Amino acid sequence: MYILEVKNLKVYFSQKGKVLKAVDGISFFIREGESLGLAGESGSGKTVTALSLTRLVSHPYLLSGEVLFRGKNIFRLKSADLRKIRGAEIAYIFQNPLSSLNPVFTVGNQMIEIIRLHHRKTKREAEVYALKMLEKVGIPDAYKNLRSYPHQLSGGMNQRVMIAMALSCHPSLLIADEPTTNLDATTQVQILQLIERIKKEERLSLLFITHDLEILRRFTNRVAIMYAGQIVEIGENLFEKPFHPYTYALLSARSGIIPEQGLKGEAPSPFAFPAGCRFHPRCPFKRSICEEKEPILQEKKKGHFVACHFPQTMVK
Amino acid sequence: MLSYFLKRLFSLVPLLLGITFISFLIIHLAPGKPSYLKEMNPRISAEAQERLIRLYQLDKPILVQYIHWLKRVIKLDFGNSFADGRKVIVRIRERLPITLLINALSLFFILLFAFPVGIISSLKPNGVFDKCTTLFVFIGFSLPSFYLALLLMLLFGIKLGCLPISGIVSFNHSQLSSGERILDIAKHLILPVSVATFGGLAGFSRYVRANMIEVLKQDYIRTAYAQGIGRGRIVCKFALKNALLPLITILGLSVPGLLGGSVILESVFAIPGMGRLLYEATLSRDYPLIMGGVVIGAVLTLLGNLIADLCYAWADPRIRYQ
Ligand SMILES: Nc1ncnc2c1ncn2[C@@H]1O[C@H](COP(=O)(O)OP(=O)(O)O)[C@@H](O)[C@H]1O
Ligand SMILES: [Mg+2]
Repeated sequence: MYILEVKNLKVYFSQKGKVLKAVDGISFFIREGESLGLAGESGSGKTVTALSLTRLVSHPYLLSGEVLFRGKNIFRLKSADLRKIRGAEIAYIFQNPLSSLNPVFTVGNQMIEIIRLHHRKTKREAEVYALKMLEKVGIPDAYKNLRSYPHQLSGGMNQRVMIAMALSCHPSLLIADEPTTNLDATTQVQILQLIERIKKEERLSLLFITHDLEILRRFTNRVAIMYAGQIVEIGENLFEKPFHPYTYALLSARSGIIPEQGLKGEAPSPFAFPAGCRFHPRCPFKRSICEEKEPILQEKKKGHFVACHFPQTMVK
Repeated sequence: MLSYFLKRLFSLVPLLLGITFISFLIIHLAPGKPSYLKEMNPRISAEAQERLIRLYQLDKPILVQYIHWLKRVIKLDFGNSFADGRKVIVRIRERLPITLLINALSLFFILLFAFPVGIISSLKPNGVFDKCTTLFVFIGFSLPSFYLALLLMLLFGIKLGCLPISGIVSFNHSQLSSGERILDIAKHLILPVSVATFGGLAGFSRYVRANMIEVLKQDYIRTAYAQGIGRGRIVCKFALKNALLPLITILGLSVPGLLGGSVILESVFAIPGMGRLLYEATLSRDYPLIMGGVVIGAVLTLLGNLIADLCYAWADPRIRYQ
């Protein structure tokens, strides 16, 4: 059973009279209890994808397609019903914990707000519950930290607070948008372990966004690779047997096995993507058809889809 | 926090000295002298003028005069007005309350209207409401306050005849009961306060709008939406408190503008306030009175800034806990 199904999602923005295609027709699903990874270069549309799942993108020029959460089309919900899903069913943790928390309210104040929003609790009960949540995510001295402001806590602590807030209303889907990108290496490991633990304890489904493929290899069942607003490859064991030259380039760029075939050039401008396959200007295997015809996602192996005219079988 | 306050308070002293010295210099360098009084008013005797010059040492170098003035001011003696010989302190005390009242009232109305207007236009930048307020702001900025005052006087005072257009009390004020007296003053205040409010409202609602637009873009607002918090609560609680912070400083900085505006406003509406008093004092080179006003204005301005800074430090936890 799918907890989330996305069909042909398009998110365009209008900037200075030009159309910016941030997400351009992507489809994927997340099974109940599964962790789906989403990877891609910065600017490829990962955050916009994550935000549009609960209609959080601000002022889109176009927002189309379907997002089905447990069968309900998010894009058709009334805003009051949508608010009941946000936070309570689908929760987020974001990239910059410090800027994602309100600087002029205490941690406790912000936690109590969301707890009382989704549960019938008195202020006192909500505070006790907030304390419990802070302890659960491993914040020492929870009583004192409940009265702290975000700027008084470290990045790792703030991310724990974000996680505690996300968990406090028992969501079933957690969307983590590069939750460890701006943390130092030790904190990064701790936060990842925390996410892994709470995922098990709370039986969460997870959409994990990062540009760190190593993390995805460890933490997710399936991975989707985004390039220029589209998913170019999605499947299990993608890292062992990538088909798309872009995935392959990403992997080798990281491990440095075949540097000559690593990524060359720049990601295309979202205002004007190249015709045909959007990756062709950087692709070492391109042929003339790649410049003309856009490849569509096709099942190459069971559950493993690739959008490429000449998928390579490249064993790493 | 207390040491911060004391440090700030202490740092005002050299500032105050600087302001008064420069003002002293400028006023004395400006053409015209009180000793020309005789040319303007032949009834003043030569001895009286002689006495004036001796008393204020007007024949000494400016620096000496300044130190002489300063020595007296430290003892809170601002001297006597050249014009009528009464104590400067007394003359200012008569005039200051009405000016403060008008400024406080217009500040109150500016805040009362600027917040709703600024917030609503920030929600849909370039929407219909925002476009209308932009037009209003444009008018508010470009229309000189004295001109607006004259228009309103013409409309309400003469065409409709429903509001008094000058002074602060009616001629029969002393015969009214105390309730009627308050009403009488209130009626006289409507036009001046409206004009002062209109000018300030234009600018301040823009500040509110700009700050709100900036704050609404922040990550923590996105977080609040992602948690399912309603828009009204996000705007009025989570965004507004952040947008308030810079406004505190701007409020503190607006004190001198208000005092300056009083000069024009009180002249147009013939209100016996500080603004008009200083205007007249300047025209007649009434040095002790001018300097008394400068000190009051400087103290008000510096206090305004100090209070704003303290409020800011109190309202922003990032400063409070340092
Ligand atoms: N609110 C917005 N308005 C206009 N353009 C946006 C907005 N949000 C994102 N974009 C653009 O959409 C593209 C994808 O951005 P994003 O999803 O943040 O990339 P990623 O998270 O993969 O780094 C970028 O070119 C970005 O500039
Ligand atoms: Mg991103």
